[in-house]
Amino acid sequence: MQTQSPAKKLTGIAKCPTGIRGLDEITDGGLPKGRPTLICGAAGCGKTLLATEFIVRGASEFNEPGVFMAFEETGKELADNVASLGFDLASLIRHKKVVVDHVRIERSEIEETGEYDLEGLFIRLGAAIDGIGAKRVVLDSIEELFAGLPNQAIVRSELRRLFLWLKDKGVTAVITGEQGEKTLTRHGLEEYISDCVIFLDHRVNNQIATRRLRIVKYRGSAHGTNEYPTLIDQQGLSVLPISSLGLNYPVSTERVSSGISRLDAMLGGKGYFKGSSILISGTAGSGKTSIASAFANSVCQRGGRCLYWSSEESPGQIVRDMASIGFDLDRHVRKNLLRFHSIRPTLYGLENHLVVLHKMVTEFRPDALIMDPITNLTAVGNDEEIKGMLTRVIDFLKNEGITAIFTSLTAGGTILEQSEVGVSSLMDAWLLLSMVQSASERNRVLYLLKSRGMDHSNQMREFVLTGNGIELVDVYAGLGTVYTGAARLSQKARDEADALERRQTEERRQRDLDMERRSLQAQLDALQTRLANITAEQELGLSLEKQRDDAGQRAESQMARARKAD
Amino acid sequence: MKTKISQAQAALEKAAAQQQAQRYVLRLYITGMTRRSMQAVGNIRKICEEHLEGRYDLEVIDIHQQPTLAEGEQIIAAPTLIKKLPLPLRRFIGDMSNTERILLGMDLRKAAEKGAPVGTDSKQP
Repeated sequence: MQTQSPAKKLTGIAKCPTGIRGLDEITDGGLPKGRPTLICGAAGCGKTLLATEFIVRGASEFNEPGVFMAFEETGKELADNVASLGFDLASLIRHKKVVVDHVRIERSEIEETGEYDLEGLFIRLGAAIDGIGAKRVVLDSIEELFAGLPNQAIVRSELRRLFLWLKDKGVTAVITGEQGEKTLTRHGLEEYISDCVIFLDHRVNNQIATRRLRIVKYRGSAHGTNEYPTLIDQQGLSVLPISSLGLNYPVSTERVSSGISRLDAMLGGKGYFKGSSILISGTAGSGKTSIASAFANSVCQRGGRCLYWSSEESPGQIVRDMASIGFDLDRHVRKNLLRFHSIRPTLYGLENHLVVLHKMVTEFRPDALIMDPITNLTAVGNDEEIKGMLTRVIDFLKNEGITAIFTSLTAGGTILEQSEVGVSSLMDAWLLLSMVQSASERNRVLYLLKSRGMDHSNQMREFVLTGNGIELVDVYAGLGTVYTGAARLSQKARDEADALERRQTEERRQRDLDMERRSLQAQLDALQTRLANITAEQELGLSLEKQRDDAGQRAESQMARARKAD
Repeated sequence: MKTKISQAQAALEKAAAQQQAQRYVLRLYITGMTRRSMQAVGNIRKICEEHLEGRYDLEVIDIHQQPTLAEGEQIIAAPTLIKKLPLPLRRFIGDMSNTERILLGMDLRKAAEKGAPVGTDSKQP
């Protein structure tokens, strides 16, 4: 969408909001107020519906009464048609908010007998407008006049007068016209209405029909120039401004748990960033839906809302399957916290999926969205188109601050680290699931390929689905090999046996050493005793000798004394 | 051959007599006292006087005065003449200047050409 220049804001033309989702956005506020707008397109493209919504929404939402001049359908037919879309036209007519005037022109009963004008039409329209103070007028489809009245020249000049007259009246008019061979309308109405021309298209591509809307011109106003996908559903028409969003969405540092505590631990201990986009890719049966469901379950348990877009399984099936691993999703569905939208991608085109998703998100206002799996969209578009669509989805969700999980099926035989539709670069976090095949079993392994803006684990984890949820188990990372499942268990047992043996050997050795130490100690004790004995003996010997010496001397001196020696 | 012609002539006269008896209910819707409106009123009065003397009921309605009638009677063009009776209902739009068209549309053509040679007429069943 073009950005509005400041000058436009000052002098821009007044707008008349249609109330149709998306249309006011791409027309920068609505149709030109007080001027006629031409809506053209082939049969069945939604012209009458757009015109009816313009009147009904004008009367009910913007308090602008309207006149619907129907050349093709009667008032009752019109009321019945729009009743299925939830509009109570009859009530609006009763409350004098809307006038439906059915103009019937029967070519076969009309004879031209000279000069005439269409003053009758003017008077009818004028009376209807003045009767309720109408601000809006629809002429659907004025081209019937060309078929009903033979003199084209009169019709043309009178139409020119009519549009001028409508401008004078100051009513915002919507005029519908059937698409011509080479012109926008069969009778060249675009020559008379040049303020705003909107073209509706309903085309079939690859057996899938998509509706599109394009603003061919809009005098004096900025407007989106692309073809915008449109959708007609229970709430009427919606137009999706698919490329109006820029890359300036707000970011959050808030974290949300993934619903698996070990996975949170891998994601820097806190889980995903709120409002981020997470891709879970993996081969068939690797547990993508389980991880996505764990997140859904956790969001709902905290009282948040989650929208689950499923293109493979019915809500019942997902609820049943997830109950087997301990996620009671049904409880959340009953509390209206979890809403499923199961749909086959081939039901309608890619853009319609986008519109539907857009609408559901706007309506349900979820905290989290799960798209499971996005790879099924390949049925309705090529990779480039899907990538374009998902870019819009992601931009939109980021703008809304909705955390989104996309699952992607990796076909067998392709490189794991390559998402099927080339969207990995759009994602903030990428969880890769793979199956590790060992002797006679396959086991699930999970690892984080990337996780923007957070410290994350580079370890592989085996993930095991149990009756109480998902458990992440450290894989056995031995010398150059990774063991999972039974292999991991047996390796673990082997390790334990080895350890026991080692422990026993050590104990034995310890015991031996102990004994040796003790025997040496005993020897040491004996020697010490001997040493002590020897020392004692030595000392005894010396003292005896001394005694003997002393005794000898004493005896000598005694002898000398006795001999009276001098 | 001769009897055939006379039979046809008799049938024609009978039909004409029936037509004679039928009353015409006509409504002319105009939009104000414009020149075209006046022309239309004048023209249709003349036709009625000439062809439906004494057996017509013509009402001139100005839809400017009664706009709701325009919706009820499905009036788009002005002036519009509606032949309500005899059936079928027919609408004539314009200033009623094309007398031939009106007479044809009102099934008055045969009555108008009563004096024309019957031979050519009777050949058509």
